[in-house]
Amino acid sequence: MMKGAGLCLALLVIASLAIGVEDLSLSGAGDRLPLLDLLSISRMPRTLAAVLTGAGLAVAGQIMQTLTRNRFVEPSTAGTAQSAALGILIVTLFLPSAGIGLKALVASGCALAGTALFLSTAHRLPPEQPHLVPLFGLVYGGVVGAAVTYVAWQNDLLQYLDIWMNGEFSGVLRGRYELLFFCVLLIAAALLAADRLTIMALGEGQATSLGIDYRRMTQIGLVLVSVMSALSVVVVGLVPFVGLVVPNLVSRIFGDNLRGTLPLVALCGAILVLSADIVGRLIRFPYEIPVGTVLGVVGPFVFLWLILQERRNA
Amino acid sequence: MRDRLILAGLIALAAAAILAFLTVNLRGHLAFALELRGVRLAALMTVALAIGLSTVVFQTITGNRILTPSIMGLDALYQFGQTGLVFTLGGLGYVSLSPQLKFTVGAAALMLLAILILWPALKRRMDLSLMLLAGIVIGGLFRSLTNLLARLIDPQEFAVAQRAMVANFAAPHTDLLLIAAAVTLVVGGFLFVRRHQLDVVALGQDSAIALGIDWNRVVMIHLLCVSLLVAVSTALVGPVTFFGLLIAALAERLTPSRRHARIFLVAFLCGVIVLVGGQTLLQHGLGQASTLSVVVDFIGGLVFILLLFGRHRR
Repeated sequence: MMKGAGLCLALLVIASLAIGVEDLSLSGAGDRLPLLDLLSISRMPRTLAAVLTGAGLAVAGQIMQTLTRNRFVEPSTAGTAQSAALGILIVTLFLPSAGIGLKALVASGCALAGTALFLSTAHRLPPEQPHLVPLFGLVYGGVVGAAVTYVAWQNDLLQYLDIWMNGEFSGVLRGRYELLFFCVLLIAAALLAADRLTIMALGEGQATSLGIDYRRMTQIGLVLVSVMSALSVVVVGLVPFVGLVVPNLVSRIFGDNLRGTLPLVALCGAILVLSADIVGRLIRFPYEIPVGTVLGVVGPFVFLWLILQERRNA
Repeated sequence: MRDRLILAGLIALAAAAILAFLTVNLRGHLAFALELRGVRLAALMTVALAIGLSTVVFQTITGNRILTPSIMGLDALYQFGQTGLVFTLGGLGYVSLSPQLKFTVGAAALMLLAILILWPALKRRMDLSLMLLAGIVIGGLFRSLTNLLARLIDPQEFAVAQRAMVANFAAPHTDLLLIAAAVTLVVGGFLFVRRHQLDVVALGQDSAIALGIDWNRVVMIHLLCVSLLVAVSTALVGPVTFFGLLIAALAERLTPSRRHARIFLVAFLCGVIVLVGGQTLLQHGLGQASTLSVVVDFIGGLVFILLLFGRHRR
């Protein structure tokens, strides 16, 4: 399965490199822009950004679902992404000249605080009604989002905010996405912790009796989720549903042993985002539909299908 | 006694809000300024009535206190219809249509879609939290679809569509005021005549049927009323997700009576106080006129979360 997914991703990468306004043929591309420059400045960064964002968000979603023990939670529906946007807004207001690194740092901090608040509150909801957690998450994200909009409105930053709140890759060029390589480190860290995360999904009591430092692991998971979401919000904006749909589909087919499935989750996340980006580029060629919009249309259908399935199985 | 006192207090507050809205900072040509403010006031009061009535009726027929038409995505549905019109007719065609016709088409489409989407869920008595979750996701889907359509049309036409997409209490679409007010009054009158029937419906499906209510027919008719009222408020000011929830929750706290005649009145008064009072306060006190919808969504979202946790503490 891993091989199939890897092959699929490779094909998509090639397609993504080939698709664009400027023709990519060995002879013709030389007119305006040398082939190598076109690839290294624009196509390659864009493709890599989609792959890294997809993988990172899918893994973040998987960790989030493990921490909340709820299948319907992901960073963009639990206030993580909105908190990250709030962080970006704060930096922009108080330190307009700040570089992208500082922005990512503050956004990560805010995402951490916002997600921690969500997690600590969500635990107080009754566990026998699992649908309340995502419901709370959606509204909580909405409340943080309203706060973000308010601040942006007061400071004439609404248009600026739009860029962060709707994920798209059209602005990704060399020099503007390298921060995303941190996602590789974070995914690696998640892979190292995969066994412990699998045990954590059994619940606090079980995990503790099996020798897991539950609080510590929760903190580590929180940091991983927050930093990954914040990075993607800083570089490409809010990309919905990846963290929700991919872990659900993978665990439906391959079960919940994260050591085996986590790499697959990362791969499938990359496939989903990259193909959404390609679809967005093709649908109205040469204009583009943002990847956030494409996923916003496809995601709900998969989500509804998932909850209806869950209901049937229950 | 206490009940009467609260009612008198609400009426006084609403009257004060209306008076302040009309008179604060009144300058220049008096008759002209008053007429301008009067029209806007009428629009805001129509919205308060439409949202108050539709939310209370919707909560009665679904038998819950946290579900509202906007949370279920009905206003997103109306906007999707309007963007669809721009898409099919082109920006010029859309602008040259009379506003009344556009409203009528939109309202008719909304009623049809609401029946198609909500009717099966209501008839089958779907689990409340599941329905909520599905509703929020469907609302998100229609927002994304609207966004997608908007991207597929020309930028100039996009501007036309966008005007209908943002909630704005400071500049309601007053060209629709006459038809909107007429629809609201007719539907409001109809609901008032049926207030006793609604009192029976509020007892729940089994009791209501035992008491001789033709349940399916009654629910269907009231669902149609709700969608008409949602069309009115969305056409006038755009979508405000949590306004209905806010005033319905306030009304429920402020009146011990479960009779619809009383709840309708109290919800309407709360709506006027929040909308007209809030608008006056923001416009003249805080110097920012356009952000009321954001503030309402922020506070309304918090109320939703409190209700969610409050409901399960009991």
